[in-house]
Amino acid sequence: MASDTFAERHRLPLLSRIVVATLIALVVAVPLLGGPLAGSAAGLSPYMANIIGQIATFALLALALDLVWGYGGILSLGHGLFFAAGGYLIAMHMLKAGYVFGGVTPDLMTFMGWSELPVHWAFFESFPYALLMIVLVPGLLAFLYGYVSFRSRVSGVYFAIITQALTYVAMLMMFRNDTGFGGNNGMTGFTTLLGQDIGGHAMVVGLASASVLALLVAFIGCSALLRSPFGKLLVAIRDDEARLRFLGYDTLWPKLAAWCLSGILAAIAGALYVPQVGIINPRLLSPELSIEIAVWVALGGRGALSGAVIGAAIISALKFWLTGFVPEAWPFILALVVLVVVTLLPNGLLDLKPQVLWRGRRSGKRGMIE
Amino acid sequence: MSAAEVQTASGAQAIQIDGLRVVFGDFVAIPQLSFIARYGEVHGVIGPNGAGKTTMLDVITGKTRPQGGHVRLDNRIDLIGMDEPAIALAGVGRKFQKPSVFEALSVRDNLETALRLKPRSILAEIRHWSDPRRAERVTEVMDEIGLARLADKPAGILAHGQKQWLEIGMLLMQRPKLLMLDEPVAGMTEEETRHTADLVRRLRSPDRAVLVIEHDMAFVEEIADRVTVLHEGTPIFEGRMADARHNAQVRSVYLGR
Repeated sequence: MASDTFAERHRLPLLSRIVVATLIALVVAVPLLGGPLAGSAAGLSPYMANIIGQIATFALLALALDLVWGYGGILSLGHGLFFAAGGYLIAMHMLKAGYVFGGVTPDLMTFMGWSELPVHWAFFESFPYALLMIVLVPGLLAFLYGYVSFRSRVSGVYFAIITQALTYVAMLMMFRNDTGFGGNNGMTGFTTLLGQDIGGHAMVVGLASASVLALLVAFIGCSALLRSPFGKLLVAIRDDEARLRFLGYDTLWPKLAAWCLSGILAAIAGALYVPQVGIINPRLLSPELSIEIAVWVALGGRGALSGAVIGAAIISALKFWLTGFVPEAWPFILALVVLVVVTLLPNGLLDLKPQVLWRGRRSGKRGMIE
Repeated sequence: MSAAEVQTASGAQAIQIDGLRVVFGDFVAIPQLSFIARYGEVHGVIGPNGAGKTTMLDVITGKTRPQGGHVRLDNRIDLIGMDEPAIALAGVGRKFQKPSVFEALSVRDNLETALRLKPRSILAEIRHWSDPRRAERVTEVMDEIGLARLADKPAGILAHGQKQWLEIGMLLMQRPKLLMLDEPVAGMTEEETRHTADLVRRLRSPDRAVLVIEHDMAFVEEIADRVTVLHEGTPIFEGRMADARHNAQVRSVYLGR
């Protein structure tokens, strides 16, 4: 029994292993089937590779939210903020690099009649600098917001409402033309990334592969983190934060650490997403996206990273497929799915999976040992 | 009841409350309270609803800021103004009225989490999680509270009574100087109450003061060396439970006769 429970505590649950295996398969298959084998029967069209890449960034975004909501009990209805921040930062890099190295004048300079880009665009032609900013800016945003909120013990629905309000504020700011982020039109017309043609076959497959790889690394890393004592503290905060404080833990710091990590992961997802769709505008900051992220996690089953990844993948794949022929029906379909899941499957799709049977068998076995 | 009378009892003072005043808006919860709990004793605090029992615990643990007065641990550390984690680390453990355990964590993980070997930093605590002293203490406490065979079960599946014992165990992990139990037997079956009484009696130790807030008078009589009766934030009796029952003032305000 002892060795059995030890093994149980230290290995990934079945569903997580399935997710990891699928992601590893995709990390190998996408560059292979999209690249050298693209012409073969099993080949992957650039369109399909792009869809897989986009879904992987959504799954990463859902994973980021699940980290704080499913494990830490901190519901954010504003994760679009971090996603968009990552997206805007990579867009700034692509436009600035195109301008400095390729001589392509960004549209926003033409609209505004600027001869120079504003000062906050400085150094953005450098890819390493842009990468650093993609981690630092959302990380700092998350830190400031988290520090102020968690310190004054803002939590639960109040925290969620404020995250949404803050994202809305960011949207209004980005809609303005004079803030130097492209205003209403956002940023588009990207030409190259890392010296490669942005619309080229190699770039499409490369970005899709990078997205799947980022998801895989984040999944494995976060799973390990959550099984560590840090993960236990996070769950303890979710289950009873007051109890943990009265045991001598200042819960501000573990919450803040998880919150910042989540913000950075969401930003990385955004930075991978924008080059794949070729545009970013303030609509990424609208409440719809942020709420949809929470829906992915709730549908997939919060409190299990695999649930968040599967939820995001299924819902966004469904959306890609259905909006192809019934675009106006999508909000109704999503609402219906939410209703069904909330009323029939309180733990999301995790209630449906074979693990219910599997768990049943296992608890039967345990019952005999008891 | 003056403080001088209490001084005659044996045992050093663990917690000393002086001139405590707590006001919520227009409501005076505690007008002026002085109270002492001593090492080696189980001290019961009883009183009708609204007597200020839980408010007193809230002040000691840092949850509520009083308008005046002092709360001293070991006659030197003034707890007023310290935050909840700091007070817990100073040696004050509190069991909440409602069972408060981490339901998704196993019994073992609940107990492991409750021990702070590195009180200065959470990061250091995490790095020293597998310190053998932690596992050792978990084993001791698990035997003490009788949950060893459920070590790897999630706390959420425990029965009500077992959760209460687990929470007491979590407090014991830290070897608190002052252990405060807020209505530990509320909602318990008779058998669970008996078991809890045994546990609380075993908690009496020369290096620990135990404070029990309870409505169940029979339970208090069974476990407490000394009883304080609170009424509208003021102690109206202190002494043995058997004497409290016959005290005219206690009978009028508490027993309603």
